[in-house]
Amino acid sequence: MYDKTKFIPAGDKGIVMEFGNSISPEINTKIRNMVMAINKLKFLGIREIIPTYRSIMIIYDPLTIGYNKIIEKLKKIEMGLDDANESETRIVELPTVYGGEYGPDIEFVAEHNGLTVDEVIEIHSSTDYLLYMLGFTPGFGYLGGMSEKIETPRLQVPRTKIPAGSTGIAGKQTGIYPIDSPGGWQLIGRTPVRLFNPMAEPPVLLNAGDYIRFIPIDEDKYLEILDLVNRGKYKVNIVKGGSIHGND
Amino acid sequence: MAMIKIINPGLFTTIQDRGRWGYQRFGMPVAGAMDLFSLRVSNILVGNNEYDAALETTLLGPEILFDCDELISITGANMGPKINNSPVPMWTTLFIQAGDKLSFSKIKSGFRSYIAFSRGLDVPEIMGSRSTFIRGNLGGYNGRKLNSKDEISLGNKPIGNTGSYLPKEFIPVYAKDTTIRVILGPQDDYFTEEAKKTFLSSQYTITNEADRMGYRLDGPKIQHVEGPDIISDGIVFGSIQVPGDGLPIIMMADRQTTGGYTKIAVVITPDLPILAQMSPGSTMNFKSISIEKSHKIYKEYEEGLQRIKKFTEQNRFNIYDTKNLKLNINGKNFKVDTREIL
Repeated sequence: MYDKTKFIPAGDKGIVMEFGNSISPEINTKIRNMVMAINKLKFLGIREIIPTYRSIMIIYDPLTIGYNKIIEKLKKIEMGLDDANESETRIVELPTVYGGEYGPDIEFVAEHNGLTVDEVIEIHSSTDYLLYMLGFTPGFGYLGGMSEKIETPRLQVPRTKIPAGSTGIAGKQTGIYPIDSPGGWQLIGRTPVRLFNPMAEPPVLLNAGDYIRFIPIDEDKYLEILDLVNRGKYKVNIVKGGSIHGND
Repeated sequence: MAMIKIINPGLFTTIQDRGRWGYQRFGMPVAGAMDLFSLRVSNILVGNNEYDAALETTLLGPEILFDCDELISITGANMGPKINNSPVPMWTTLFIQAGDKLSFSKIKSGFRSYIAFSRGLDVPEIMGSRSTFIRGNLGGYNGRKLNSKDEISLGNKPIGNTGSYLPKEFIPVYAKDTTIRVILGPQDDYFTEEAKKTFLSSQYTITNEADRMGYRLDGPKIQHVEGPDIISDGIVFGSIQVPGDGLPIIMMADRQTTGGYTKIAVVITPDLPILAQMSPGSTMNFKSISIEKSHKIYKEYEEGLQRIKKFTEQNRFNIYDTKNLKLNINGKNFKVDTREIL
């Protein structure tokens, strides 16, 4: 984390508030607290706040508030922040069926790392992953915290269509495809939970700062939950204030 | 119910409004009109809210059949608009009668036209916007560009009986070579001093890889101090990314919300409509200005739109008083509207 937060212009309507030049839970906590504090103050002229790995992009209306004025306000808010995580931890549970047609690359991931398929599932599902930011496609979360034991390079040839809910590994990262899209991640499983639904409010299930917990399920359970999801009857289990599982 | 029928969609026609604001933190791109100036003026001319949904059409305009009376206006690129095959003016309110057909001949200036409808385009609002976001198959008309035989319902708003026009001094002139003003940053310090000088003193050409998401430019390469990669951060409309090959990419309306390439500068808001009207092959120079200056320019830009609004409120003609004369000059047919200014 920088000693002094940087304020950098991004055009005539954007300010980047940059806290550091690395990816760390400490910076993420600071970003969450800052976003919450700005939202709480609701000061005029702010149109949108976009948290990323190590910075916040603030979109403002220059007719309402000037560049120096906004920085002054942001600095004041920052000074009043606590180092502690001020918001309750949210752990979002995603039931996930591993292997088979749902995770066609899980054998490759196992082989690549000298593990059995069961070991891959055990390692992947025993960590809670911190969602640093959303981007790339609507609802796609950049997750941190995957064990090195299951690192696997991307596919040589990307697939043209990956079904929504697919969970994969790309190098050191793991993630979930929120919508059907092309992609080169090694697919290990799939969740029936909908991460993105444009007709819902909010349209995206996950927020930056959430933890994701993968709960292994079998195919029958997957189909059962999928049916509930499709009928709008499934309620995602969100653990609030619980302790975080990790394997580091 | 009032509706329009698409006989021919043109090259790439979508429904766009201001865009989907407030959801970028979820990774949802904004989309919206590429040229927000022309969108706003087209709506002003038909008595709509400035940011209502309109049609954005690229390079080759559509052919549209109306089954109802309607007021429309066409702004932005001049693609030679015609009603029932007779040329009609741009930047003015046009009275359409049931059975009329709007079509276009060929591009004369600019790259994107906007067609606003007084009754409004009746498509569902998704996440606060009617804009089409193609990559997400979402918004607009079934999440896609228009096709032949599409039928779009219009709203029930009754059409007014007056219209207005824009005098010449308010109408933008689209050039094939222009100066685009930028604010350096957020990552200008990732580039060598020489690279920044190259960026600000060279001419760049829009390549064929230019669409609603972004424009790839060709020109002198811009050298990074170390490398082109950063920890992904936010992208705005007009962010100029420079990946490893040293050639800039300007991020446009359908840009992704975040990205991992260095951004040397951002185009100022009032120059984005100009950029949106530039076609592949057009050239530009970049000029760096201060934030203070950019805010002064932005204020003037918004005041300009207020003046346009005021002008159209004060200079109105009765659409029913319009006399349509058909003239034949040197074998060419012209449709001439004469009207009394109220």
